[in-house]
Amino acid sequence: MASSAIASNSTSFINQKDVGLSAFSSQPSFLIQNSRRRISKKIVSVMAPQQSERKPSTTGSVKNAMTMTEKIFARASEKPQLSPGENVWVNVDILMTHDVCGPGSIGIFKREFGQNAKVWDREKIVIIPDHYIFTTDERANRNVDILRDFCNEQNIKYFYDIKDLGNFKANPDYKGVCHVALAQEGHCRPGEVLLGTDSHTCTAGAFGQFATGIGNTDAGFVLGAGKLLLKVPPTLRFVMDGEMPNYLLAKDLILQIIGEISVSGATYKSMEFVGSTVESLTMEERMTLCNMVVEAGGKNGIVPADSTTHKYLADKTSLPYEPVYSDDRARFLSEYRFDVSKLEPLVAKPHSPDNRALARECKDVKIDRVYIGSCTGGKTEDFLAAAEVFLASGKKVKVPTFLVPATQKVWMDVYSLPVPGSGGKTCSQIFEEAGCDTPASPSCGACLGGPKDTYARMNEAQASFDVYIVFFLLVCVSTTNRNFPGRMGHKEGQIYLASPYTAAASALTGFVTDPREFLQ
Amino acid sequence: MAASSALSNPTFTSSPTRHHHHHSLCPLSSIKLPNSSKQPFKPLISHPPPPCHQPQRATATATPTTSTSSTTSFHGLCYVVGDNIDTDQIIPAEYLTLVPSKPDEYKKLGSYALIGLPSSHQTRFIDPGESTSKYSILIAGDNFGCGSSREHAPVALGAAGVAAVVAESYARIFFRNSVATGEVYPLESEVRVCEECKTGDVVTIELGESRLVNHTTGKEYVMKPIGDAGPVIEAGGIFAYARKTGMIPLQSS
Repeated sequence: MASSAIASNSTSFINQKDVGLSAFSSQPSFLIQNSRRRISKKIVSVMAPQQSERKPSTTGSVKNAMTMTEKIFARASEKPQLSPGENVWVNVDILMTHDVCGPGSIGIFKREFGQNAKVWDREKIVIIPDHYIFTTDERANRNVDILRDFCNEQNIKYFYDIKDLGNFKANPDYKGVCHVALAQEGHCRPGEVLLGTDSHTCTAGAFGQFATGIGNTDAGFVLGAGKLLLKVPPTLRFVMDGEMPNYLLAKDLILQIIGEISVSGATYKSMEFVGSTVESLTMEERMTLCNMVVEAGGKNGIVPADSTTHKYLADKTSLPYEPVYSDDRARFLSEYRFDVSKLEPLVAKPHSPDNRALARECKDVKIDRVYIGSCTGGKTEDFLAAAEVFLASGKKVKVPTFLVPATQKVWMDVYSLPVPGSGGKTCSQIFEEAGCDTPASPSCGACLGGPKDTYARMNEAQASFDVYIVFFLLVCVSTTNRNFPGRMGHKEGQIYLASPYTAAASALTGFVTDPREFLQ
Repeated sequence: MAASSALSNPTFTSSPTRHHHHHSLCPLSSIKLPNSSKQPFKPLISHPPPPCHQPQRATATATPTTSTSSTTSFHGLCYVVGDNIDTDQIIPAEYLTLVPSKPDEYKKLGSYALIGLPSSHQTRFIDPGESTSKYSILIAGDNFGCGSSREHAPVALGAAGVAAVVAESYARIFFRNSVATGEVYPLESEVRVCEECKTGDVVTIELGESRLVNHTTGKEYVMKPIGDAGPVIEAGGIFAYARKTGMIPLQSS
């Protein structure tokens, strides 16, 4: 019963009966080396039945114990108390959209609210063209025009426009990848609700807020109403302790987790990341961690705000914010504990983000290219990490190595920030000396393929002739977030997801490579 | 077996359903109203469709009712896929420049539905040269629609002629988008129907009874009730639901 679960230790585990959820978890799982790819399908329940009200007498002193995510929902729906499974109307603090989904969302907004309707709040909508920008595709270009027309009509305060496609620097407002831009422009604030028409909107959870992806119809609704009907998710807790080894990055941590729980292990759930390791991560690393919760099916990822968060935001936003934290007696569906000091660099092999393997065990996999970019692995610190490996090696890359900074700011950092231990060299200099491609114009780039002329898109499988005709499929090590068939272009392309360290190491050898080859 | 729908017409089950007589089978894709997110899930078959020799999309409107789920069924050929079919396979990113709210681009999206399935899927979802599919019911395994939040995914399926999806489980955003748009009815099976059905089987979904009938194999399956999404679907999508519950004002025009 509820009271007995609460009487146990401080982080209680919800028993199936307590909250009447039809989704339940197995026992708390500890780090195991061989995780089954298929998790019991019983965990994945699409919709939980309506939860019956808990009478105060059965819950006693912990009737208000909630997780961070539950608290954000409660505040945003103006209710004192909420439990997982409840459907509530939530006030939205920020709605983000981009060039792929914006036009469709705008179309629905106008159709449903009227051609002359006004958005609910011109300062709470952030419109960021980033997906198909540097292309000759007419429809792609038209879609940015549609965004501009709408922003002019509605006097949208935050529109990061681009007109001159030949020179991104000639566009003072243009930022680049939406999730990185949101953070850099101070739109991510603890305790708030941020919705975006993109699955990786969950990235913003790094700031201790509720952030999740929605579709065009939901976004069209929010544009007019400023709220959305959402179901309160239960929370999975991931406790990561131990000193982060110098060859490991947040990407390795999230690949570890996804490999552990599978691509549907967190469906409809919130993923909360705590522990001493998490506290030691920078904001960009926390963003990488939260970025890929959707690859585990997660509804949102969340990291408690702390001094690192406040410092990051200090020069970016002047809006007040109020962080929330999970109560000591908050109930979690499951808790997973990791001793980070024991983890090793990982990859996700084709064709699934949960197809986890140790990088060193893939050292015989010959590769054709490396891609460093995207909201997952194209931030400033991601490039600094890659530069660190190239610097340590001093050699040149053996395969084409594509670099796509996520935003204008990242691009500038790549060209101006000194790389520690290099005697003042910038990332760009190190990349040039290593023989990488010149850093490209900031955008989502080839992470999701895109129009055929997208830079670094995987367009062909290669053919090689021997005694028999042998086809080698294009193999790419990428710092991006998904490797399903056709993700970066060609359906038969093989994508290995990896950290910037692993990607750089692999570029240097021409094989999937553990970065310890260079970093120890 | 309460025949709540007039579509449960014995003549269909008695027609040769085995593979040999594929062309004389009279495969009917599910009767579907022209799509509009204002009126999702309202196909109500009030008369048996005429026999035919071609896959046909009926455009005749049926009588709309306020309560749809008890009398709605879907009938047609099914197309079977496995687990973790992500949105890049449903609609690859290069087609996302098409804006779903524009009618002609909506149709184009439909023509690309499931084009991203690897070549290991030898029977393609849409025949070469066609722009809609002859399969109106999609059967899938776990985690259908995982990956991107692109609403283009359920839209492409709906535009291609899919009336309903029966999957073992769904990824969250895809399910939500299906409900919000009304493009496809997202149903959950109790067992792995993707291992029991084959592409080309003739199936019927009786919504009111949460039942899937495979006429080709003769087997029936219970599906899970639609759950919390029910009221939203019943109302006709998120906008209709919000108007009905007073969350947003009624449309003036």
